Amino acid sequence: MNHWIVAPILLPLLTAIILVAAKGATLRVQRVLSLAAALASLGLAALLVSLAAEGGVQVYRLGDWPYAYGITLVLDRLSAMMVLLTAALALPSLLYAAQGADAAGRHFHALFQLQLMGINGAFLTGDLFNLFVFFEILLIASYGLLLFGGGKARSRAGIQYVVLNLAGSSLFLIAVGLIYGATGSLNMADIAVRVAEAGPEQQTLLRTGAFLLVVVFGLKAAAVPLAFWLPNAYAVASAPVAALFAIMTKVGVYAILRVFTLVFGLDGVDIAGAVAAWLIPVGLATMVIGNAAAMIETRLRRQIGWLLIGSVGIMLVVVGLLDVQSIASGLYYLIHSTLLAAGLFLLADLVARQRGAASDHLQAGLPIAQVTLLGILFFVGATAYAGLPPFSGFLGKAIILQATREAALAPWIWTVVLVTSMFAVIGLARAGSRLFWNVLPGVSEARPASFAAVLPAILLIASSPLLVGLAGPVVEYVTATAVQIGQPHLYVEQVLGRVAAGQ
Amino acid sequence: MDALVSLAIGTLVATGVYLLLRPRTVSVVYGVMLLSYAANLFILVMGRLTTGAPALIHDQATRYADPLPQALVLTAIVIGFGMAAFLLVLALRAQADHETDHVDGEEGDR
Repeated sequence: MNHWIVAPILLPLLTAIILVAAKGATLRVQRVLSLAAALASLGLAALLVSLAAEGGVQVYRLGDWPYAYGITLVLDRLSAMMVLLTAALALPSLLYAAQGADAAGRHFHALFQLQLMGINGAFLTGDLFNLFVFFEILLIASYGLLLFGGGKARSRAGIQYVVLNLAGSSLFLIAVGLIYGATGSLNMADIAVRVAEAGPEQQTLLRTGAFLLVVVFGLKAAAVPLAFWLPNAYAVASAPVAALFAIMTKVGVYAILRVFTLVFGLDGVDIAGAVAAWLIPVGLATMVIGNAAAMIETRLRRQIGWLLIGSVGIMLVVVGLLDVQSIASGLYYLIHSTLLAAGLFLLADLVARQRGAASDHLQAGLPIAQVTLLGILFFVGATAYAGLPPFSGFLGKAIILQATREAALAPWIWTVVLVTSMFAVIGLARAGSRLFWNVLPGVSEARPASFAAVLPAILLIASSPLLVGLAGPVVEYVTATAVQIGQPHLYVEQVLGRVAAGQ
Repeated sequence: MDALVSLAIGTLVATGVYLLLRPRTVSVVYGVMLLSYAANLFILVMGRLTTGAPALIHDQATRYADPLPQALVLTAIVIGFGMAAFLLVLALRAQADHETDHVDGEEGDR
C-alpha cells in the first residue's frame, strides 16, 4: 500500500486542526500556514497523478482492514486528476483571500482547509457511505465559507443553500439505504459485482436507488431543474470562496461519472443506460437555461454562475454518452471550465471594487482604474469561456463536437452546443461593453489593485492558453483516464482481488 | 411490525416535506429534521427488521440483526443533530438580519 494516497485528506485536516487550536495566531501566521499547506497539497497531487499514470488503480485500506469491514481509498487516473485540479484551484483562491477577504471574520483558513479535505476525500473514497460523509464535510465547511463575512444577502442565500443541501443529504441517505438493502454492501467495487449478479427481485430497489443518487448528485452539480440555487449562492459568497466553489459542481459531475461507470457499470447491468438516457436531455436543458439566463443577467457574478451551470450541462451530456471519446472530451472541458470560472469570479470582484456604487451591475458606472489590465484579462477569460478561438474553450468544445459526431443524438447535441455558445458570446460581449466602455463622468476613488491581488486571477485565466499549449499531454492523460473508466472490472479486481489474496 | 414502521416513515416524510415547503424558517428547520429522521429510520429498515436478535456476537444467539445500518444511522444522527443546531442558529441570525422569519428575507404576497 502506498501511504501517499491518504495524504491529500490528512494534510488539510491536520492544517485545519492546527489553525483552530492556535487561537492566538495572527492572521499573518494563519495565512502562511494555510498557503504552505496548499502548496504542499499541490506537490502531493502532482505526485499522485504521476503514481496513477504509471501504476494503474491503487487501493489504500485504512488500518489494513479487509474491504468488507474497513474503509478503502482508491487512487486511479480520474481521482488523481480531480485532486490535482482541486489543489490547482485552491492555491490561487487562497492567495486572493490573503489580500484581505479572510480578515472579515475568524477561522476562514480552517474552514477552507476542511473544505479541501472534504473535496479530496470525496474524490478518493471507494465507499458509498464515505462518499456521503465526505460530502457532508465539504458541505458543512461550505456553509461556513458561504456565510463568511456575514450580512443580509449572505444570511438569506445561506439559509436557502443549507436547507436545500440538507434535504439532498436525506435523499442521499435514502438512496444509500436502498442500495445497501439490495446488495448488502457499501464498498463501490463490491456493490458493482453484486449489482451485476442481482436477481430481478432486486431491480426495483437498485433502480430507485440509482435514480435517487442522480437527483442528489444533480443537485450538487447544479443540473436543471436543480440548478437555480447556484447563481444566488455564488454571487453572495466572498470572491475566493466563489472561486473554490467552482470545483463543487464538478464534485457532483465526478460522483455521477464514478457511480454510473463503476457501481452500475459492469457488463450486463442496464441501469447505467437507463440513467444515461435521462442525463443527455437534462444536460441539454441545463446548457440552454444556463447560457440563456447568462445572456439576460444583470450582474456579472450571477452571470458567471449561470455560465458555470451551462458548462455543467455540457459535461452531463458527454457523461451520458458513456463512451471513451466523449468522456475524455468532457474531462478536458471540466479542467478548463473549473479553472476559468474561478478566474472569472476573482476578476469580477476586482472589477466590481473599482466601479464604485455600480459594483458588478451591468450598467454605467465609474471608469475602472486599471482598465487595460482588467480589460485584457476579461477579454481573454470571456473569449475562452464562451468557446471562441484560440483558447481552451474553443478547443474543448471542438473536441466534444468531434467525440459526439457519431452519437444518435448528435444533431441535438451539436445544435445546442453551438447555439448556447452564441448565447454566451452575446452575454459576455454585453457584459464587457457595459463594464468597460459604458462609463459615467468622474473618477473612481478606489485604489488600483496591487499586483498580488491581480496575480491569482492572472494565474487562473492563464490556464486557458496553457491548456491549449499543453493540449497534447492533457488530452493524452484524459483519454487514458477515460479508457480506465471504461474498464471498471480492473478497478473491481484491484479492490476485491488483493483482499482475497490476503485472507 | 413492517406496516407500523412503513407508516412511521411515510408519516415522517409527508410531514417533513409539507413543513419544508412552508414559508417560515422554523417550519423549514423542523421539516429538514423530520426528513432526516425518516432517512435514518429507513436505513435501519434496510438492514431488515428483526426482533430480539443481537447485533453483536453472542453465545446463545441463533440469528443476528445487521449491525452495519445501526453504525451508519449513528453517524447520520450525529451529523443530523449538528446540522439541526447549526440551521437553527442560522435561522435566528437570518431573522435578526431581516426582521422577519420568511425564508426569502421579506414578506411575500399574501
